[in-house]
Amino acid sequence: MAPIIEITNLVKTYPGVRAVDGVNLAIEQGICFGLLGPNGAGKTTLIEIVEGVQKPDSGGTLYKNHPVGARFRKEAGIQFQVTSLQEFLTVRETVRLFRDLYPRTLDIDEVIRLCNLEEILGRDTRKLSGGQRQRLLLALALINDPELLFLDEPTTGLDPQARRNFWDLISMIRSKGKTIVLTTHYMDEAYALCDEIAIMDKGRIIAKGTPEQLLKDHFNDVVLQFPDESVKEKLDGLNLCVSAKAGQCEIRTHDVDGTIRLLLDHGVSLSRMNVRSWSLEDLFIALTGKHLRS
Amino acid sequence: MKKFLAILHARNMEFIRDTSSLGWNILFPLLLVVGFAVVFTGEPKALFKVGVLGDASILKGADREFFDTRHVQFIAVNDEKKAIDKVEHFQLDMVVDIRQGSRYWINENAPNGYVLERVMRGAGGSHYERITVQGREIRYVDWVVPGILAMNMMFSCLFGVGYVIVRYRKNGFLKRLKATPLNPFEFLLAQMASRLILIQAITVAVYAGCNYFIHFQMRGSYGNLFLISLAGAVCLISLGLLVSARLASEELAGGLLNLLTWPMMLLSGVWFSLEGVNPAVQKIAQFLPLTHLVDGARAIMTEGAGLADIAPHLLVLGIMSAVFLSIGSLIFKWE
Repeated sequence: MAPIIEITNLVKTYPGVRAVDGVNLAIEQGICFGLLGPNGAGKTTLIEIVEGVQKPDSGGTLYKNHPVGARFRKEAGIQFQVTSLQEFLTVRETVRLFRDLYPRTLDIDEVIRLCNLEEILGRDTRKLSGGQRQRLLLALALINDPELLFLDEPTTGLDPQARRNFWDLISMIRSKGKTIVLTTHYMDEAYALCDEIAIMDKGRIIAKGTPEQLLKDHFNDVVLQFPDESVKEKLDGLNLCVSAKAGQCEIRTHDVDGTIRLLLDHGVSLSRMNVRSWSLEDLFIALTGKHLRS
Repeated sequence: MKKFLAILHARNMEFIRDTSSLGWNILFPLLLVVGFAVVFTGEPKALFKVGVLGDASILKGADREFFDTRHVQFIAVNDEKKAIDKVEHFQLDMVVDIRQGSRYWINENAPNGYVLERVMRGAGGSHYERITVQGREIRYVDWVVPGILAMNMMFSCLFGVGYVIVRYRKNGFLKRLKATPLNPFEFLLAQMASRLILIQAITVAVYAGCNYFIHFQMRGSYGNLFLISLAGAVCLISLGLLVSARLASEELAGGLLNLLTWPMMLLSGVWFSLEGVNPAVQKIAQFLPLTHLVDGARAIMTEGAGLADIAPHLLVLGIMSAVFLSIGSLIFKWE
């Protein structure tokens, strides 16, 4: 199947910064695509160029094999990272306003139900909580029954419960066959929602694939974790990859059984040991040398 | 059309529900008009004004006696009709014609005219032919009310459109709209229509409310008055759109709008007549939209000007609107 979005050699510079530095990317139809990166990586700039909100210095974007234009604006739903709404309007009036801007729309009550807005319909949009506001912005992005949905850091600033609720919403939308492009710096979010991810740093895509494939490509061992730095002293002289920091001792190994036997032979208690797999956060650190939220 | 109506409705709701702003839009002109009515009610100044048709300096002897009277200001006038008109409206106490024959006009209802007439007869003017006119006094409040209403329209149009669009741009609402099928023309047209409807409604309400208590003089037609106010509002809104076409800083927009409103407030004849001021200032005033709005409205209300009389003002306002709108929509940026 042809990609719904195809980005070719996109470049965007600001004074002193190359925000998007020659990005090539194709996004398949019907998937949830995650664009990950730390603050300032160029995610929002890249996405806003794709959305037609910003102009690139060079390169281009195709939507269904055509340059982004009127058809894209009718068929795409967009939730910006920061959006103000028209003041003094209620939630229902705001949804109605955006519905009237599109030729083809969902039923207003369906969107309201989908985004759980029933209880706040009469509320002034300036008096919404963070989670309620994000649900309203999602409703505005969904009102034109989009084929392609852009969500730019939709859960930033939400409490854990609100984030979980938002994930459920996004999963439900995805199950309807929509293509979702999600930018985030929450690794758990990307892992839970995305079929495919691209990691961006300093304006470039530095890795792309399914989360599982990327982890498999970069890590083929596991980590044995001890909440005690003193374990490291007992392992001196052994042929193990050991690191100790911040009150923890970690051992990377391809042979878990053999390593455990070795540890028991040297009198290391396993009662507080934790075996953990590599995460996308680890992958990012391995690729860039820094944390995603740094 | 649906998109236009959606934006129009949303902006109307925002304006009407912003009660502090709405209240100010109504209260501000009301306070000014009432304030002026209170301040300028009472006895007029005890200075006599006589318009003179012809050159009084060539008169000699007894013929000259009247023109040497102290505490009377003699003003050379050229247009007989306009001068007589001013007598009718108490703007001149008397007009004397010394060109051929000797005639004078006074208003039968004007106390100053009565006094002046007696002075003139005792000062070598007993042979002058007496012509009387009738008319109602134009109080300062009658003269100033078109200016105050126009000034309120100016503030409302410039700040209500210019400032608001800059705020929309700054807080990202315009960016959100850009991602929809709405185009800039539809958006700007809706903003314009919204402000036009609301400011016309407010101006009519304030006029009617003040008129109920103060009873303005209205010699022309309400249709023409509405027409000139409509043309003025369109022009001022277009100017607001032009200012806001690219700016993203409310502070800069506020500064620019003040830079536009203050000269207009001072030089457009809102508070005082520009007759007799520096010709350069009068020329500058002709480039200000408010001048044409005020002059047109005042001519209709105090002089009974018709459509043909205000046509030049309508034409200038129309040309200015077209220029402001064309440039504004050409350079408009969503972000």
